[in-house]
Amino acid sequence: MATPASKPSAERADHGKRVLIVGAALSVVSTVLVAVLGGRFLPPGNGSVQATGQVLDNTVMLAIVTPVIAGLTVFFVYVLSQFRHRGGALVDGPPLRDDSRVRVWWLVVTSTTVLFLAGFGTYELLQNGSGGGQGPNPIAVPAGPKLPVQVIAQQWQFTYRYPTYGGLETPQLVLPANTYVELHVTSLDAIHSFWAVELGVKADANPGVDNIAFVKTNGPSTFHVRCAELCGLWHGYMFNNGRVVPEAQFTAWVKSQQRDFAPLLKYLPKYSTSYFPDPQRRAG
Amino acid sequence: MRATGFKVLGVAIGLAAAGLLIGLYVSKLTTDNGSAAYTVPVQTQGGHKVVDLSIETVAAVGPQFSPAHPDYVSYLVRDTQGKWLRRTVWRLPANATVHVTIYNFDSASGLRNPLYARPQGVDGNSFMLDGKRTVVIDPNDTSHTFAVPAYGLVIPLSGIPDSAKHPCGYAPCALSLDHRTITFTFHTGKAGHYRWQCFVPCAAGWIDGFGGPMQTIGYMDGFLDVI
Amino acid sequence: MSVARRFVGFNLFTACVLGVGGWYAGWFSAHAVVGPSLHFFTQVDFNELSLVLGYIGGVLGFLIGLGFFNYPFARLRGYPPSLREKETGGIGRYFSLCTDHKVVGIQYLVGIGLFFFIGGLNAMLIRTELLRPDHQVWPAGTYLTVVGIHGTMMMGMMTSGILGPFANYLIPILIGARRMAFPRIEALTFWLLMAAGVILETTIFFGGFPTGWTGYQPLGTQANPGIDCYYLFFALVGVSMTLLGLNMLATIVTMRAPGLTWTRLPIFVWGVLSTAVLMVLAAPVLIATLSMALMDRVVQTNFFVAAQGGSAYLYENLFWVFGHPEVYILALPGFAIVLEILPVFARKPLWGYRLAVGGMLGVSLLSWFVWQHHLFMSGINADLRPFYMLSTELISIPTGLTFLCGMMTLWRGQIRYSVPMLFCLAWFFNFLIGGLSGVFLSDTPSDTTTHGSFFSMAHFHYTIMGGLVFTFFAGIYYWVPKMTGFELNERLGKIHFWTMFVFFNLTFFPLFIAGFKGQPRRVVTYPHGLQFLNDWVSVSAFLLGGSLLLFLYNFVKSLVFDRIPAPADPWGSKSIEWQLPSPVPVQNFDRIPVFSSDPYGYGEVGPTAVPAGAPAGMS
Repeated sequence: MATPASKPSAERADHGKRVLIVGAALSVVSTVLVAVLGGRFLPPGNGSVQATGQVLDNTVMLAIVTPVIAGLTVFFVYVLSQFRHRGGALVDGPPLRDDSRVRVWWLVVTSTTVLFLAGFGTYELLQNGSGGGQGPNPIAVPAGPKLPVQVIAQQWQFTYRYPTYGGLETPQLVLPANTYVELHVTSLDAIHSFWAVELGVKADANPGVDNIAFVKTNGPSTFHVRCAELCGLWHGYMFNNGRVVPEAQFTAWVKSQQRDFAPLLKYLPKYSTSYFPDPQRRAG
Repeated sequence: MRATGFKVLGVAIGLAAAGLLIGLYVSKLTTDNGSAAYTVPVQTQGGHKVVDLSIETVAAVGPQFSPAHPDYVSYLVRDTQGKWLRRTVWRLPANATVHVTIYNFDSASGLRNPLYARPQGVDGNSFMLDGKRTVVIDPNDTSHTFAVPAYGLVIPLSGIPDSAKHPCGYAPCALSLDHRTITFTFHTGKAGHYRWQCFVPCAAGWIDGFGGPMQTIGYMDGFLDVI
Repeated sequence: MSVARRFVGFNLFTACVLGVGGWYAGWFSAHAVVGPSLHFFTQVDFNELSLVLGYIGGVLGFLIGLGFFNYPFARLRGYPPSLREKETGGIGRYFSLCTDHKVVGIQYLVGIGLFFFIGGLNAMLIRTELLRPDHQVWPAGTYLTVVGIHGTMMMGMMTSGILGPFANYLIPILIGARRMAFPRIEALTFWLLMAAGVILETTIFFGGFPTGWTGYQPLGTQANPGIDCYYLFFALVGVSMTLLGLNMLATIVTMRAPGLTWTRLPIFVWGVLSTAVLMVLAAPVLIATLSMALMDRVVQTNFFVAAQGGSAYLYENLFWVFGHPEVYILALPGFAIVLEILPVFARKPLWGYRLAVGGMLGVSLLSWFVWQHHLFMSGINADLRPFYMLSTELISIPTGLTFLCGMMTLWRGQIRYSVPMLFCLAWFFNFLIGGLSGVFLSDTPSDTTTHGSFFSMAHFHYTIMGGLVFTFFAGIYYWVPKMTGFELNERLGKIHFWTMFVFFNLTFFPLFIAGFKGQPRRVVTYPHGLQFLNDWVSVSAFLLGGSLLLFLYNFVKSLVFDRIPAPADPWGSKSIEWQLPSPVPVQNFDRIPVFSSDPYGYGEVGPTAVPAGAPAGMS
């Protein structure tokens, strides 16, 4: 059987062309499908403006990743079927050690893709903070009035304080719809992470640190809150459900909570961005 | 052949040793440390299920209940014979009313988050403390809490005063010794596995007070197995 | 020699006896320091100093028993330097301090394999727990210990997973030397790792540890004394890593045979070099960090306790400065093995040799500049996030070069689907998925959902297990015939490959979906809606474990029972180790070879690429 090195040059060029054409075709088809349908399946949902932005970000990234997968799939299926050693004596392949065209094109394509992704991600990030915790000095601060809500993480429950409502603290998270919320996440003991799944918010709760995240809620919905950083025994059980409700309902809820927790108000510490309970507490 | 026979024997011994070690390892992991369930007896009153649950919290559980950790603080539950058991997984019926009595023999160490000084998720949002109806206690006076976050249930347990003359040493603690009595009622819903915990950092000797018994099922943490 | 005599002397048996003695010596000496009135295991104020000193005493006793202090003491007493003679026979070499790098390589293979299976057992236990969300198979605290042991054991052991067995065995041969630069240190790295593995398993007697393999503070400061076992394990692993990397660097830089210029080195050697640099620089950071955490517990310093002026961030940053190069220490040897094996089974030279080298060195360099992507959501300075997003995205460029070189090596080749080749081809598939999921994780807006979730877990299992562990098996099937002189059954090997590949993907791909749907990492329960997904993953994981048991069966059957002799060069490779007899003789070469080209001369006419100066046994 003739070795590949002895095939006429026309057939040799065919391999590359075939792979490129089929790869390109499959890439285009799959990318279009992904770009159109991706928004429906990709997380985190549309509970907030930040979440919708993240869905777009995920769709763009999946759309860029898809041609990579498609192209490489075509390449490997082709190579692994066409260039098999078909039995008999061991024969060497052509001694190809380098090809400057391939090298240059590969570097150009990968670098461009990577730089685009980094740039697009930065743009999305700086637009509205993308729901991530930005530390005590955030740079992507949305303009306009924001409702401050403090998330206190402790072992093993999240509690929430509303400083603009008299420092009310409750174990439930209720937010008004279509409002910009400024979340201040802190911890009283170990490192936790406040993850409001459908709102697209995640901010680690570090003891002694005020981690600020911004989220603009959309319409009324329910969302899950889970702890995303191992914090001890009940880490897996540290979750609850939060609600986004219409403004009027929110105000009514706050009033009822203030009534319920009135006897407790005098014992709550003054609102602060971090709290340092005495770590040396001992039992009796 | 002899050589093959020795090899087979060698492999068999190796497999047996591996199996033994794996078995020991897995059994060590599943060792009961208070995590076996205690089924609370159910009565029916007028077609409705009612449960009486008696619990005590102690400052040191003692070598009888825990040879490995006699100085751990712990919850104990009383069975129908009046005997105290160190089990923190309690089996309750679904859609039932649960009357709880807690005897607290421990002194106060104070809450980390004062939010838990107010009873929630119980009938009347209040509890009886030594016979007096209470809607909030001083957070610094809290010794332990009984909280079921999935039910929104929080009950702070007041501590015995520091000047108490007859504190309990090791469990089980007799009611003649200094204690506080807390009673309340809550309702179970549908079946499930609901964890409960204490929110007071009461583990002496661990930084932040949240180590040791606070992170071990069978002492200050457990489950309500609602079936 | 009678059976009893065999046990006398500096060997593993003596080491274990002295190790236990050392444990008690350390334990009691701590009581002398802290106070005599403490009971064992029953006090709340547990004397952790006794635990720590006990383990340190145990390790010292273990090393003395193996004979590691013989040479220093001999030199102190004035005896001239001499290399211990390599024992020429007997299985006893494998259970003692042996300075033959080939013996150390095989010791590593079996030792790491043993702990790999222990880590894998813990993984099966984890998946058993996750079969049902509201039923506890283990008490919830024990589950965290099982998770911790799985992660820690795997990370600690598989860091040396390829460098330990294969680099130790092959580097001297590939560079034309008779030994490593520091043979005794080489043996030390192995035995330290074994002692460390035992220490980690004993954590279950001290209450386990609740922090997972990352050991975040201040949770670590709150933990039971079992976490001291974790700290000591990782510190010993760190010491072992540093010394292993140092040895590799010294050997490769100074002991290459004549004619072996940098451009003629096998790509595997370059991979080991780029990994060794990372090991030497990153592992000391780990040792320092864990020492600080240990001191926080034992002597009440406050490095990481925020309320007393410390910082939890300090721990996170220090850990990940080690942690990120660590994962490239795991990934780079995989690249090296794939690029080394592909030319042999495609019968073509390695395409783009300089690109491949540049790629690996580039990954090595860039890995220092990306660690904060583990802290995107932690509240770090917000200005840093775009920078680390860029640097993390950039690291996919040198990684892509490895893909390019591998793919172009296959192009128009004469591909044979032997078992090692199958594992290398699977690497492309697995690392592609792993790497592309890394693109999602490195993008900060997307990371808001995926950080700390099962998506991140699927990502690193694809890159580490799909990348490193698959190439580990490729290396085993490829080089075991050379190391032992016996071949591994090919049919069983292919069944092992296909079952492992299929079940691996069935296990880990759904975890991406679980992460997207909101399941965090290290949780013992999850929303009921995710039960089907978790059950699918658990069953696939059990089947994956089964395929690994099949490998074990093949390994034992082929090497202990069948013992079919393998030819010196079963794969038709032009690399120098295949020009030597199997197993490689004690002195490696009769005469040191002189190299005139790299080992990838397939299809090239003219002078053969076999190194001149015919080494022993070349046909």
